[in-house]
Amino acid sequence: MKPKNQRLVLVLAAVVALFAAALLAMWGLRSQASYFYTPADIAAGKARDGEAMRLGGMVERGSIKHLPDGVTIRFVVTDGKAQTPVIFRGIPPDLFREGSGAVAEGRLQNGTFFADTILAKHDERYMPPELGNLSAEHKAGKTLEK
Amino acid sequence: MIAETGLAALWLAAALAGLQFVLMMVALRSGTDVRRAMRSVALVQGVLTLIAFAALLTVFALSDMSVALVFENSSSAKPFIYKVAGAWGNHEGSMLMWVTILAVAGAFVALLAHRTSERTTVAALGAQAILALGFYAFLLIASNPFARLWPAPPDGQGLNPLLQDPGLAFHPPTLYLGYVGLSVAFSFAVGALLTGEVDSRLARAMRPWVLGAWVLLTLGITAGSYWAYYELGWGGYWFWDPVENASLMPWLAATALLHSINVLAARGALKAWTMMLAVIAFSMSMVGTFLVRSGILTSVHAFAIDPERGTFLLALLAIYVGAAFILFAIRAPALKEGAPFELVSRETGLVVNNLILSVVLGIVFVGTLYPLFVEAVSGEKISVGAPYFDAVAGPLALLLAMLVGIGPLLAWRRERRPVLKRLQIPALLGITVLAITIILWRDMHILPRLGLTVAAYLAAASILPLTGRNPLRAPLATWGMVVAHFGIAVALVGMAANAAFSSETLAVAQPGEILTVGPWSVQLASVTPTAGKNWTAVEAELRASDGPRLVTLEPESRYYPNPPTETNESAIRTFWNGQLYTVVGKQDQNGGWQLRLWWKPFVTLIWAGGALIAIGGALALLGRLWRLVWRRRPRAEEWRQERYA
Repeated sequence: MKPKNQRLVLVLAAVVALFAAALLAMWGLRSQASYFYTPADIAAGKARDGEAMRLGGMVERGSIKHLPDGVTIRFVVTDGKAQTPVIFRGIPPDLFREGSGAVAEGRLQNGTFFADTILAKHDERYMPPELGNLSAEHKAGKTLEK
Repeated sequence: MIAETGLAALWLAAALAGLQFVLMMVALRSGTDVRRAMRSVALVQGVLTLIAFAALLTVFALSDMSVALVFENSSSAKPFIYKVAGAWGNHEGSMLMWVTILAVAGAFVALLAHRTSERTTVAALGAQAILALGFYAFLLIASNPFARLWPAPPDGQGLNPLLQDPGLAFHPPTLYLGYVGLSVAFSFAVGALLTGEVDSRLARAMRPWVLGAWVLLTLGITAGSYWAYYELGWGGYWFWDPVENASLMPWLAATALLHSINVLAARGALKAWTMMLAVIAFSMSMVGTFLVRSGILTSVHAFAIDPERGTFLLALLAIYVGAAFILFAIRAPALKEGAPFELVSRETGLVVNNLILSVVLGIVFVGTLYPLFVEAVSGEKISVGAPYFDAVAGPLALLLAMLVGIGPLLAWRRERRPVLKRLQIPALLGITVLAITIILWRDMHILPRLGLTVAAYLAAASILPLTGRNPLRAPLATWGMVVAHFGIAVALVGMAANAAFSSETLAVAQPGEILTVGPWSVQLASVTPTAGKNWTAVEAELRASDGPRLVTLEPESRYYPNPPTETNESAIRTFWNGQLYTVVGKQDQNGGWQLRLWWKPFVTLIWAGGALIAIGGALALLGRLWRLVWRRRPRAEEWRQERYA
């Protein structure tokens, strides 16, 4: 192959690879990305059953209940406008407690959220940005406590 | 006084970086040889940043609470090692470390660069200086590590307990060294594009830096993965967390660069592409630094949220990357393409390697930044996690691993021998393993199944470059390649085994009760309170047995009062065939304790493989440096290659 043709072939290969990457990424994002919802979004019917998603909000005070097996908990996540019940089997993260923020990953089924993972803030100073707005609303006077 | 000394040293170093850049401009205009002047300037600059960094270490070691950074991130009750390591466990300190490494690397370039022409060396040093200047400005204007507090508070706020771990002492410095090693490749590329001297001499001068950076990135990622595995107590080794991706992206680019630079060094081909990769590799390092340091991510790692710094870093990123790409666009068309090669050749193999790695890099890049993009545009919040990366990047990684077995067997320029014949035994091995997995484990997932298959094939294929010759006389670089490629197979086995064969038990146990996980039965013997220097805890005593073996594990649930944090300290026992991983949770109303147990067969091979890959890189680096130092005169073989180029 002449050097000039060779260069052309290499450039073409790179362009094709670029397109392949873009297509693959778009396909992956379309089918695999999960959306972040608040209980208000769910109440408004924005989330579909069975779709992988994240649910964020405050853990309502007095809502954490332990089921008889000892490792499954039920609690309610609220954003001040609506509530979503959550079921989680596992050891919740260290700073998961009532009245503080949490993000759960999982799926919705008939209005109940089945969480695979719970992310809570990792120390007193850190808070997921997604929850930053919620606590601002909280401070603005919308009480989350019953 | 110590803090002020550090600050003064930083200002001086910044001024010298400015001077170094001016020197380059003068030299490129007038053609004066400024190398000696530049060498002294770069050297003094390196020493000054070392002084600044030493000053920071000292105020942390002395717990000088009048320094704001110490107050915010340390407390006098901490173990000494974490007081010192705390110096870079925060934003300002880690940026100072970044700059220090950058300046010291610049000094080494000035001292050692005798392989490239005078003009290219000077241009590269100028590029390094302007890079450093931006980061000095960032430190001095937006993140001064030496700011004072008045009056000095009695004690500090402490360091996040997750970071009070030996892993922290080494993980960030290793990654930063890797990032900054890539900055040298970037500067060389910019310098060579400025002078137009992109040739195999340049590639040989760049290669040790790229290799070194790549080895450290590999080690950093491997160590970080193990840290997340045992410290976070979730039992996973890779979470596709954006901060992890931030270190993976430079690594992918550096891996591609590492391979293409060999083509440039040996054959003088792929000039423009290699320069492009050098620019991209460091751009990814800066993207990584931006993601981690600006705090725009929802991530366990992002400890600070401060838009001013984020904007500053983003501006630096845009200026450097933008300028480098514009330079590339202007200069690349003028580069002469190197020696031609045929379709079946080592060069083609490396081009394919580069294309796949670039595609994977693109996929990780898009997946990492897409959520930020969507939120900025539409306000919608989405998260892109393991399902995306596994589905999209996983198969490509397996394809690449398949090709890794073939590439090294090909000859430069053209391959006429029937290479696939040499792959018969590896292919047979792979097919055997595939058959075994189908017979024994019907419902195994497709990715782990293919993972095991490819791993078996690659383990055999990777050794082939050493066969058919006396292995002891093979160059060290070849040994390095073989070890690294074998490491990929080892890591693959670990990942596939972990995905396919892990068993997990989650239950509440009363003291005395026995749980089973995999082949193990685990008894909760007792739970007792305990305390350390700056924490209190409950400690569970677990007696585990799988018949012949009997071991005791003591996981803890710790509470740190400053700052108030609870952590689970997992207890892990390693055996030749896997790890037993235990976590103790909270007590329930009936007095039972939550226990989480994992049996993870061969999981340790993941990090063993990572270590092998790094060792392979280190061997290759050693081989290259050996030649650089002991055999200044090119050998006959290199002469021939030089002529082709």
